[in-house]
Parts: sequence; C-alpha cells; structure tokens
Amino acid sequence: MMFGGVAAGLAKRTGFSVGLVRVIFIIATVLTTGYLAMAYVLAWLLIPAEGADSNIGTKALADKRGIGLAAGLASVLVAALIIASALNAPWVTSLAVPIIVCAAGLVLIWRNAPEEELEYLRGVADPAGMTETAPRARRVLRVIAAAVLLVIGLTLLLEGHDRFALLKPLAGVILLVGGIALAFGPWWLRIAMEASAERRARIRAEERADMASRVHDSVLQTLALIQRRAGDQHQVIQLARAQERELRAWLFDGRPPGSMEGQAATVADGVRLIQQEVEAQHGLAVDAVTVGDCELDDDLSALLAAAREATVNAAKWSGADVVSLFAEVEPDAVSLFVRDRGRGFDPAAVPADRKGLAESIRARMARRGGSATVRSSPGQGTEVSLVMPRSGADRLPRRP
Amino acid sequence: MIVPASTGPATPGPGPGSAATVSFPSGGKPRVFLVDDHGMFRAGVKSELAGAVDIVGEAADVAPAIAQITESLPEVVLLDVHLPGGGGQDVVVAVKTQHPEIKFLALSASDAPEDVIAVIRAGARGYVTKTISGAELISAISRVAAGDAVFSPRLAGFVLDAFASGATAGVDRPSFDPELDQLTGREREVLRLIARGYTYREVAKELFISVKTVESHVSSVLRKLQLSTRHQLTRWAAERRLT
Repeated sequence: MMFGGVAAGLAKRTGFSVGLVRVIFIIATVLTTGYLAMAYVLAWLLIPAEGADSNIGTKALADKRGIGLAAGLASVLVAALIIASALNAPWVTSLAVPIIVCAAGLVLIWRNAPEEELEYLRGVADPAGMTETAPRARRVLRVIAAAVLLVIGLTLLLEGHDRFALLKPLAGVILLVGGIALAFGPWWLRIAMEASAERRARIRAEERADMASRVHDSVLQTLALIQRRAGDQHQVIQLARAQERELRAWLFDGRPPGSMEGQAATVADGVRLIQQEVEAQHGLAVDAVTVGDCELDDDLSALLAAAREATVNAAKWSGADVVSLFAEVEPDAVSLFVRDRGRGFDPAAVPADRKGLAESIRARMARRGGSATVRSSPGQGTEVSLVMPRSGADRLPRRP
Repeated sequence: MIVPASTGPATPGPGPGSAATVSFPSGGKPRVFLVDDHGMFRAGVKSELAGAVDIVGEAADVAPAIAQITESLPEVVLLDVHLPGGGGQDVVVAVKTQHPEIKFLALSASDAPEDVIAVIRAGARGYVTKTISGAELISAISRVAAGDAVFSPRLAGFVLDAFASGATAGVDRPSFDPELDQLTGREREVLRLIARGYTYREVAKELFISVKTVESHVSSVLRKLQLSTRHQLTRWAAERRLT
C-alpha cells in the first residue's frame, strides 16, 4: 500500500496494473491542478478498506476534536493562500480548494485511520521531525531561517516583474510556502502526534482488557481447579503441566489461550471441543446440539471462548450433572445457549469483582459486537444466552 | 450440520407430570415390547422399567421382532435404531401395515441424524437416547402410549436442521401440501427451547402456553416430518449418509 490504497483498489476493479494507475493518477493530478488529489483524499476517507467494516469517514464524524483541528488547519491555509493571491500569484488560488480539502481530510484520516495506514503517514512525517524534542538552539535557528525565507520570498514577490518576469514570482511563492511550512510545521506535527498518542493509549487499554480476560480463562481457572483438587497430587501436576504448555504457547507462539482457533475450523467443531474438554476436565455430561454450521472467524472464536467459559462455570459452580449446550447458526447471527439445572444464583447479588461472568463473557461478547444475557435464580438453574452477529461472509461484497 | 454429543446424557425430554393422567387399557401399566440386539441393554431396561410397565416380550433382530410384535400386540415398542438384520425402520414399516395402532419409541445410542429421521419417518412417535434415566424413559413411554410425540434435544436439533436447510434452498419440488414443508414460527420456537434442554413444562412456562399446547405443537412437527414429501428432507438425509 502506498497511501490509502485507493490506486490499488482502482487497479483491482479495472484490471490495469497498480503502477499504471498510479502514473495516470499523478499526471491527472497535475492536469486538474490538484483536484484529483482532493478526490483521492476523499476516497480514502469514504471508501472502506478491503476487509474493514466501515470507512474512516464514519469514525471521523464522531471525532469532534479531530473535526475542530481539521477546520482550524483549513482556516490557516485559507489565510495563507489569500495572502499569496494578494501578492499577485493568481494560480496559487486555483490550488487553494484541493490543498485545503486535502489538509483537512488528512487530519481526519490521521486521527481515525487503522494503525498500519498511520505507520505510513508517520514515515512521511519523520524526516521533518524537528519538534519539541529538538534542542533550543536548533529551534532558534529554525525560526531565523523561516524568517529569512519569508523576507526573501516577499521581497521577490513585491519587487515586480521586470527582469525574470516568470521566474521571480515563482521562486517567491515557493519560498513563501516553505516559510509557512517551516513556521507551522512543528505545530502540525505536534497536533498529529498528540492524536496518535491518544490512539495508542486507547489501543493499549483494549489490549490490557483482552489480556486480562485471557489470563482469567487460562491461568486463574487452572489455579482455581488446583485449589479444589489440592488433595490429588497427580491431578494437580497434570493441571499445572497443561497450563504451562498453554501459557508457553501463548507467550512464545502467539496462540491465545481459551480461543478455539487452530484447533477447530467450524462452529460445530468448536462446540464439540468444548463438550470434550469440559467432560474430561470436570467429569460431568455436556449435552451438545448444533443446528447449522459455518467457518470460524475472530468474532465466532470469541463467541466460542465465551461459551466455553460459561460451560466451565456451570460445571464448576452449578452442581448439576448435565449441562445443555445448544448452538444455532443462522445467516445473520450465531446463537449459543448454555443451560444447567443446578443451584443457580441471584445475578444481582454477584459482587463486581467476580471476573468470570462480567469480564470474560459479557465484555468479550460486547467487544466483538455480540451480546450475552444471563438468566438465573437460586434453585432454578442458570442459562447463559450468547448472540454474535455474523460479519462479512453472507453480505454483499464491498467496494474495492 | 448436526453435532451429536458423543457422551450425551439423559435427555430431559418430557416432564414426568402428565404420566398420571394417562390411562391404559391393561389396567394402568402400558404393555411394552423391547427390540435391541444387546442382551445386556435389554436386561438393564427391563430392570429399570420393572413395576412401571408390563414387558410383554423382547427380540434381538428385525424378523423375530416383526413376528413376535404382531403376535403379542403391545401398546408401545421400544426400538433400537440399529439392528443386525436392517434398520429399526423396517420393523416399524412391517408392523404398521397390519397394526397401525402400535406405537414406536426409538431408543438409540446412535447419533447419525439420517438413521433417526428414517425411523421417525417410518412412523416412530419419538426418539430418546439410551442414556435416558429410568424415570424419564417411563414418562416417555406413557407419553407415546397416549399418542403424543417425544422429542429429545437432539431430535429437536435434527429437525430444525432438516427444515432449515430447505428454507434457504428455495427450489424445492412443490409438495401437494405446502404447509407440510415448513415449520410455523411457534413450532420453531418450541423446538429451539427443547434443543436448549427445556422440558415440555418449562417450554410451556417460557412461551406462556399450556403443556397440552406444547404437546400439540410437537405432534404437529412430527406429522410434518412423517408426511412431508419434501424433496429437500430426503436430500438432506442423503447428504448425511454420504458424509
């Protein structure tokens, strides 16, 4: 991907090579005095990337601060371009609209694009990275250089058109733009970096929640089992070994614990795995019924992980000797029900620190756009209902 | 696709509630005939049912089963889906032609959906797994003797699957009675709850209907399963056999 992948998408659509499309793009951009570049940025904002759920634009709409920044930047540019046109360089004004729209669009993309696209933008910005981290002397130097360039540029422009009628104003405009860029560049960079730091923090928080639920599924579950079977030395050793294997697989091979991926390819496989695993580990029967089937994706793996968690919970706490597991695959959603006739509990009375239900099941489903409801009352057993909408597969193909 | 539970437990099936309301011509105890090729299993079932039902005979294979059933004329035949001399459906078909009043309850450890559906389509009134508890089996027998259908969670799953695979295809050969080709929304709801492990009584409570209504929905599903000439249902079963 070069930039936003618009050329690549267009190439895929039309059947031309990506290189050809890019060359045409660049030529057309020059011919249309930049309006095509504007179209490119807008396409980047509005057309969802292949495999993504929504375009960047929808996300950007919710980003009030980003819109403010974009508007601010656009207004600075408008001011700069008005000055330039006042200084007798009318062709600059013809570039004004595309430049302003591009700049504003790029700000919104920067704040809302997926990580890998940002990686690229950062690469573009880095060479100019004389920001707040630069030593004071260099900052002073930069301001002086900017001032000199501005003065020279303005002088050239104001001097008139006698000798190098065409060259002088051109050089003047270039110097002027360079000066503006030098003066405002660090500010723009800082805005952008703040924005990306904010994003990174958000991603880190999500990763932490994901990690917590995974550790809960594997390590904490095993520790709880070990405590319950403390008398059985053989069992304890076995549990510890299995957990060690799983943890190693996660830390060093990147295979997430509690996820079904890699072992099960379809929903029915996954349900069968849960059944076998829980029957083997907890010595109670799991009555599994599956209607329909489909391939697993990330969302459905999360659904199965939540179902596994609910089944293990039922095995550990309900006291029932049978757990019913029912999965139904429908065109637009997969539902899973875990039911026991055990002792049940009062959902309202569960303390907030009981992570199992709250974090592992509900949050895990919510993170993927699914839902989880728990119905239980003392003496009446428990039923956990999980619904995960199906993404992609059965919907219409996206625009490239 | 159906995922059979390899070690499926007792099917919660019908609640024991309505057994008392059923009366039998033979003085309270239904007359039951056992068909299973495992002597051990027959002995186990007999000891579990002792006192609650009247075991009038037993057989280990298709031919002797047909001969003895037409002779002893039981009310309910407990029928293994898999028999050495053929499928359980052969027994059902042969007996039904002469004695349509005899009811069959399929009892199986087998999980292959096509076998189960075949026995049901031949005329069995229900299907339970062999892991069912004694009390639940007695209740299932009473229900079948009274003319109701007995659906275990697994059978409910099979049926939902069989009828769902047709709904998406949309190119079925039209049957003489299109109503037989699909389940109503209510029937689907009832089957879903049974598949989730609900007893008839719990289904009734959940849907705010009476147990009798649940029974009539289940019987109606059974009728559709048996009478539908749906090309799709046959194809669905055929696909199962191939895989």
